[in-house]
Amino acid sequence: MPDSKYRPGNIILAALMLLFGVVMVIPVLWMIATSFKTPAQTWLPNWIPNPFTLENYRLVMERIPVVRMLLNSILVSTVATLAQLLIGTLAAYAFARIRFVGRNVLFMLFLGTMMIPTYVLIIPLYLIVDRIGLINTYAGLIMPKLVSVFAIFMLRQFFLTMPRELDESAFIDGAGRLRVLFQIIVPLSKPAYGALFIFSFMNVWNDFMWPLLATSDEWMRTIQVGIAYFKDSNTREYGPTMAASFMASIPILAVFLAANKTFVQGITMSGIKG
Amino acid sequence: MKRLTIRQRENLDGYLFVAPAVLFFAVFMVYPFLYSFYLSLHRKTGARLTDITFAGLEQYGKALADPQFFSSLKNTAVYTLSVVFFQIAIGLLVAVLLNRAIMGKTLIRALVFTPVVLSTIVCGIIWTWLYSPDSSGLINRALSVFGIQPVAWLRDPKWAMFAIVVMSIWKWIGYHMVIYLAALQGISTDYFEAASLEGANGLQKFAYITFPLLSPTTWLLLITSIINSFQIFDQIFVMTKGGPIGATNVIVYFIYNTAFVSFDLPYASAIAWLLFGVIFLLTMVQMRIQNRQEL
Repeated sequence: MPDSKYRPGNIILAALMLLFGVVMVIPVLWMIATSFKTPAQTWLPNWIPNPFTLENYRLVMERIPVVRMLLNSILVSTVATLAQLLIGTLAAYAFARIRFVGRNVLFMLFLGTMMIPTYVLIIPLYLIVDRIGLINTYAGLIMPKLVSVFAIFMLRQFFLTMPRELDESAFIDGAGRLRVLFQIIVPLSKPAYGALFIFSFMNVWNDFMWPLLATSDEWMRTIQVGIAYFKDSNTREYGPTMAASFMASIPILAVFLAANKTFVQGITMSGIKG
Repeated sequence: MKRLTIRQRENLDGYLFVAPAVLFFAVFMVYPFLYSFYLSLHRKTGARLTDITFAGLEQYGKALADPQFFSSLKNTAVYTLSVVFFQIAIGLLVAVLLNRAIMGKTLIRALVFTPVVLSTIVCGIIWTWLYSPDSSGLINRALSVFGIQPVAWLRDPKWAMFAIVVMSIWKWIGYHMVIYLAALQGISTDYFEAASLEGANGLQKFAYITFPLLSPTTWLLLITSIINSFQIFDQIFVMTKGGPIGATNVIVYFIYNTAFVSFDLPYASAIAWLLFGVIFLLTMVQMRIQNRQEL
């Protein structure tokens, strides 16, 4: 017998789960509330700012180039994500469809690099980028993020689920591989690309350690590095720090609200074994 | 020009398509990976980052005699064990409950998932404010309702790591929940119907059907969660800077400090490789156990 939503036990459960959900977002709501409060109210337990003020946002903009930092983050995340998808598409297609010598060995090597932790790479990466003079440049911020093994892996899995006849017939009809890939396979994989785009974008957007090392000039900082330093130099000024944090979260929260389902799909993909 | 055979054509296409990815990996993964091992076999000789001379395994010996290294390893282990257990347990519980026929599933899932979306830096800044030592910090204020005296969470060596752990669990529950939810969708309802006919109650169904069938997911989450927790850095940077008196000095923060504050790159590289070795062994052991279970 199927369980019913309207059974009293399930209604109570729903109420308890909703309460848990609300508790989970309290810190986020508290950040938003605090960001619109005057300094005097910061210490009061009220949830609705009264009076409501934008002063904290003005202070943030006055003290750090926050708009520039947001734009830096948008630029870095967008370029890196697009590159991850493009380079990933080419490699994934080769691993899924082209029978070249050494394919399986190469694929295993790629998967193996997923095991290399960032902290082993970060020191040499810094030295390399420093040596070619790319500290404090967009190129330096973006370069180590251009390829994602995860994207290659996921796209390959997705391509493998598509019937071979689909592209092979077009290929035999004389279409080049690139045309087959970008006119047949990629358009059919839109859902995978949507989820992957959001997932990769979020990872680059939220990344901290690399942009921390790759920039020393305030104008080149990404928003995450910017707000971390802002917090250090404005301790106990909770209104402005919350305003800065909220500004750093608006883009990613907007994507989350607009594409909640795709977002969760993207995350879920990361946890499912191929 | 001679026409290529189909075989040659296939090989050439394959290499051209993977070339950009391979090139990137050679420069930004393989080379730095080996370079960092090379660095770890040297000693710093001057002020410039590149002033180094070969020193064999000296740095590894230094690490094994360094109490700071061991205390950061211990802190990381404490953090990892507590965070991994609770993230998985709470994530599983929430997923199982949400998987039942209840109203508002999508909304609840979105609420629990919100912290996953935010950056660790933002979460760290928010929680620093929640943990504020004054009685006006939200957490101290909530506890005062129960008559508990305010605690300086992040400034008290006794509590700082605990505070970081709580914040990190909160941040990642949603991730574990959605992975478990996806896995739960894959379990056929036939099992549960058969169990109901046999008179099994909810707890028995969970213990004998759901949990065993979820074990591949649990193993995967366990491995990824341990690997990720070992790399904790952002929270520490933004909330405690490794303090107070080293209570939250975790290994990656120690590496960062050694490399980019003390500028001792060889020593930092050796510590990174020691940690990599530990994690590599752990992963191998886990895979072994998992394979044996699946036989």
